Amino acid sequence: MARYDRAITVFSPDGHLFQVEYALEAVRKGNAAVGVRGSDVVVLGVEKKSTPKLQDSRSVKKIVSLDDHVALACAGLKADARVLINRARIECQSHRLTVEDPVTVEYITRYIAGMQQKYTQSGGVRPFGLSTLIAGFDPYTCVPSLYQTDPSGTFQAWKANATGRNSNSMREFLEKNYKETSGQETVKLAIRALLEVVESGGKNIEIAVMTKEHGLRQLEEAEIDAIVADIDAEKAAAEAAKKGPARET
Amino acid sequence: MECVFGLVGEGFSIVAADTSAVHSILVHKSNEDKIMVLDSHKLIAASGEPGDRVQFTEYIQKNVALYHFRNGIPLTTAAAANFTRGELATALRKNPYFVNILLAGYDKETGPSLYYIDYIATLHKVDKGAFGYGSYFSLATMDRHYHSRMSVEEAIELVDKCIIEIRSRLVVAPPNFVIKIVDKDGAREYAWRETVKEAADASA
Repeated sequence: MARYDRAITVFSPDGHLFQVEYALEAVRKGNAAVGVRGSDVVVLGVEKKSTPKLQDSRSVKKIVSLDDHVALACAGLKADARVLINRARIECQSHRLTVEDPVTVEYITRYIAGMQQKYTQSGGVRPFGLSTLIAGFDPYTCVPSLYQTDPSGTFQAWKANATGRNSNSMREFLEKNYKETSGQETVKLAIRALLEVVESGGKNIEIAVMTKEHGLRQLEEAEIDAIVADIDAEKAAAEAAKKGPARET
Repeated sequence: MECVFGLVGEGFSIVAADTSAVHSILVHKSNEDKIMVLDSHKLIAASGEPGDRVQFTEYIQKNVALYHFRNGIPLTTAAAANFTRGELATALRKNPYFVNILLAGYDKETGPSLYYIDYIATLHKVDKGAFGYGSYFSLATMDRHYHSRMSVEEAIELVDKCIIEIRSRLVVAPPNFVIKIVDKDGAREYAWRETVKEAADASA
C-alpha cells in the first residue's frame, strides 16, 4: 500500500485514492462544524478552540460570507480554506457580472466541489484538506439550502449535517432529534448538536444565522450564552421530570 | 449630447444625469438610468459609449463588492475612485473605455466627496463637476450659484437651475433627468425631472 499514496493520480489495487482518504483524516482532526436547515433560516455553527491569551480573536473568523445570500463554514486545513473561499467569492461576483443574477447555492457548491475534485486528478498537487458546509437562500425564492462538500469533490444537500471533530456523534444526535423547525428553534438545535462534543459556553462556540431578509448574522457571545443557558435549563427540567414521578412512588 | 453633473453639499453628494439612450438620430428610450449604485454609499454617474458604460461600471461594481467580501469592510470613496482610474489607465493604451464618470460617495470618517474621472483616466477630487455639452451650461450655472456646505434644498434648486439652462440652451437637449443623492443614510434615487414620458405610459 505504501507505493500507492505518493502521487494522487494513482489508484491503489483495491480502488482507493489514498491521498483523498488522508485528506478526509485531516478533516476529522479539524474543528467541529454543524449546519441545520430550518423552514426560514439556515444555521451554521463552529467549535472555537481555546484562543491563546495574546491572540486577537477577532482575526479568526470561521464562518464567512461568500455573497450576500451564501455563507460557508468548514472543517480542516484553514489555509486551504482561504484559497477555496477566495476563489468562490470571485466566482460569485463573476457569475453576477456575466448573467446579472446572484448564484444559486447549488451552483456555488458545485463550483467549490468541482475545484476540490480537480485537485484529486492533477499531477504534483494534493487535495484540499477541508470539508465545507454551505448555507444560503436561492435568489428570488425563499427556499433555504444546506450543502456539504468534501476533499473528494462530492457534494450533497442536507437537512442537517456535521463535519470535523466528533462529527459522527453530532450527526447521530441530529438524526435522533431533527425535526422541521424555524427561527430560534433551529438555532437551538444547532447549538445542542454542537454542545454534544464541545465544552459548554459562548466563548467556545461560533454561531451564524442566515435569513432571507438579513443575510448572514453572527451571534454575539452574550446571545449564545443566553441560548446555552436556556438549553441547560430545559435539560435540567427534563431530568427533574424524569426523576420526579419516580420519587413519588 | 449626454449631460452628467454633480456637486457636494453639507453631508451629502448629489449627481444628476440625463436619461436618453440615443443612437445617431434615433432615441431608443428616454428613461435609461445612467447612475449606478456602486455600493451602499457610492454612486457612479457615467456617460459615453453605451456598451462601454455598462460593461465598465458593472465591472467596477463587482470588483468593489469582491473587495468588501474579501476584507470585511467596504472600499472608501477615494480608493474606489483610484481603482476606477487605474482600470481606465491600464486599458487606455490598448483597448480604451469611452466612459466619463462622476463618482459620488459618503465615508463616515471623511464625509461626502465627488470625483471627476474622464475617459483618458484623469482623476480629480472636486466640489462640482460635469461632462458633455451640457457641462458648458451646468458648470457655468454652478460656478455662479454654488457655495460650500449647501443644504439639500439649496442643492436641488441649483440642480434644477442647471437642468432648465440645459433644456433651454442646448440644441438637442435631453428631455428627462434623474437625480440621485448619497449621504450618511446611503445612496438612493432622489427624483426624476421628466418632460417626456415613454409612449406606453402616454397611451394608457
